[in-house]
Amino acid sequence: MRHDVFIAGYGGQGVLLAGNLLSYAAIHEGRNVSFFPAYGVEKRGGSAMCTVVFADGDTGSPVVGHPSVSVILNQLSFDKYASKVKPGGICIINSTLVTSDGVELPDMNLIQVPMNQRALDLGDVRMVNMLACGAYAAATGALALESLEEALKKALPERNHRLIPANIQAIRAGADAVPH
Amino acid sequence: MSEKLFVKGNEAVAMAAIEAGCRYYFGYPITPQSDIPEYLSRGLPGLGGEFIQAESEIAAINMLLGASATGVRCMTSSSGPGISLKQEGISYMAGSELPGVIVDIMRAGPGLGGIDASQADYFQATRGGGHGGYRIIVLAPASVQEMYDLTMLAFDLSDIYRMPAMVLADSVIGQMKESVTANPRPATALPDKDWVVRGRGEGQPQRVVKSLYLGDGEMEAFHWKMHARYQELADRECRWEDLETGDADLIVTAFGSTARIARTAVAMAREAGMKVGLMRPITLFPFPKQAYAEFSRRCKRFLVIELSTGQMVDDVRLSVARDAEVDFYGRPPGAGSLPTPEELFGQIRKVYP
Amino acid sequence: MRQVFARPESLKDVQTHFCPGCNHGSIHRLVAEAMDEFGIRGETIGVASVGCSVFLYNYFDVDVIEAPHGRAPAVATGAKRARPDRIVFTYQGDGDLAAIGTSEIIHAANRGEAITVIFVNNTTYGMTGGQMAPTTMVGQKTSTSPSGRNQAKDGYPIRMAELLAQLEGVGFSARVAVNNPKNVIQAKRMIKTAFRYQVENKGFSFIEALAACPTNWGMNPLAANERVGDEMIPYFPLGVYRNTANL
Repeated sequence: MRHDVFIAGYGGQGVLLAGNLLSYAAIHEGRNVSFFPAYGVEKRGGSAMCTVVFADGDTGSPVVGHPSVSVILNQLSFDKYASKVKPGGICIINSTLVTSDGVELPDMNLIQVPMNQRALDLGDVRMVNMLACGAYAAATGALALESLEEALKKALPERNHRLIPANIQAIRAGADAVPH
Repeated sequence: MSEKLFVKGNEAVAMAAIEAGCRYYFGYPITPQSDIPEYLSRGLPGLGGEFIQAESEIAAINMLLGASATGVRCMTSSSGPGISLKQEGISYMAGSELPGVIVDIMRAGPGLGGIDASQADYFQATRGGGHGGYRIIVLAPASVQEMYDLTMLAFDLSDIYRMPAMVLADSVIGQMKESVTANPRPATALPDKDWVVRGRGEGQPQRVVKSLYLGDGEMEAFHWKMHARYQELADRECRWEDLETGDADLIVTAFGSTARIARTAVAMAREAGMKVGLMRPITLFPFPKQAYAEFSRRCKRFLVIELSTGQMVDDVRLSVARDAEVDFYGRPPGAGSLPTPEELFGQIRKVYP
Repeated sequence: MRQVFARPESLKDVQTHFCPGCNHGSIHRLVAEAMDEFGIRGETIGVASVGCSVFLYNYFDVDVIEAPHGRAPAVATGAKRARPDRIVFTYQGDGDLAAIGTSEIIHAANRGEAITVIFVNNTTYGMTGGQMAPTTMVGQKTSTSPSGRNQAKDGYPIRMAELLAQLEGVGFSARVAVNNPKNVIQAKRMIKTAFRYQVENKGFSFIEALAACPTNWGMNPLAANERVGDEMIPYFPLGVYRNTANL
């Protein structure tokens, strides 16, 4: 099974850390991983994005034109990239900052998670990326939550390991926010 | 098997250099390869090695020449504009039969170009790049794992054949992170470096590392000697990866990053019931001509994909049987020009017989 | 009978290709004598440059790397860093060191590379047939300054020994000449000091040796020798410009 996910937001939302966390989690599960810190055609304008591909076998192209899953953290990225999700795919949006009103996205499973709001509820708005990762795991079933939690040790620098419990809480909150 | 690491392509190059026994690095900062000198500036001093940030690309390649002449494993790295500047030194190293590894993380050009991925330095790399008529070994990794493995191979081949070896990648392969196994240095049998300058001691013959040949017939003899060595390389060292070529009616061929994208496009074509295979040259010099010739006996249609207006396509056309048709799809380098698998699948549909 | 004159061991017993009256031969000899006196012939790596001095390996009986034009200090840097236990010297002309190789010499000096640089300044490109060099005197006619060097267009001759003496990385910088016995004796002492810097690991050392090039100056050897004293030395004063270890 080959999974690909595109994550986009603005600089500072922790997009690259989210991509790294998913990558380490996939490695923890014994998959091959490819993390590409740009979305092919776009890498300018203060936005941050990355594509993560993981598979039991070959990861193939690190560049993905139509992702099966997109995790979108701000409005600008939504306007630009949401429509690229491939038919039957999943688009997870940070509904605190992104409104999908008036946008037709047929044949796509749109999942709204108020990530900024939940992060603030947890006491730290910087946890948005962790909520996003938890939501991704819950929405796709592609990675186990335990793998994400385990991956924090690798994805976070040693000096931030004291924050692991708070991050785990945010990952779980993200997963819980996905409607079953 | 050792634990899987998760590192950038550029970092894998630096790690592999250390594993390969390289202790001397000389370079100059340029995007998108600066992770390599940054890594080695931390790594080499503690290993008794030397890291020098040279005053110029030219100085860096000449430091490589000097260190290599003493017999040590050494490396430099750069990207387009810097590699152009290094050509003088690469030519002298080729003329002096000096090993040494040069990493080229291609970026868009000509001129200052841009920092986006490019494959438009294929000619520069595979044709020698500098003056005088020489070739260097050129290896084209398509994954972070290959960045690691082929860097180690570059050191071995360079030592065995006494010529510079280049690892030719681009900013996609250099900047992306993948899971990697840090394989140990292979136990390759290497020739004695009985030509190195070392201070001749007492009673030992003088050794000279040089590229100046003025005697009647000397230079000509040198060229024929190297010609024979290039042939030996072609006979022994061609490497490639082919996938699903056995029954293919169309073989897609690409190197490095585009081969990765093409791989997924080929999988899409197979899913759609099309008999499409992939041929990915790993050595660009020596170019696996024979392999192409053999594929073309059965498969009569090839699609070459490059991040340029077409360079490797020339080598493919020279290699395949006369009755084989070679199509080309190129995206010249620059912001926004990286093709997607869907786009390449579209091209496959277009030319599929 | 006591032998008072012999070929230094570090020089090969061969005839040179240098023109009659050329000073490369004398400077080669002084360098070879210095190597003999320190007993370092067997542990020395020479770096040849491009120009008349390219045939270093034909005359010096040491291992030699031939560098691209101007790049000898970078090549020497690579060699010395890889073999810090060896004595590494470059031997370069004025076009090589002070024009195309300016960057390499300045930065090798500034890094304080533990090498010795012998710079032969004869105010012209010798090997290529007497073109204007960065050290060509104002008014001097060459094959590319047929009306004489014009400072308004061509700038002024560069004084390398003084220039490098400004750099903190330099241990020793001196200018010598070999146009008369007194200067030869002085030059011998300086060249030895330059090698002493490396033998004793005291840092980068630089010798600028003024030299005659009778062929390209269109002079006979005697007149060329006189020109060194009459025209060159007043503009390129002899002396020690930096000597951090007081050797």
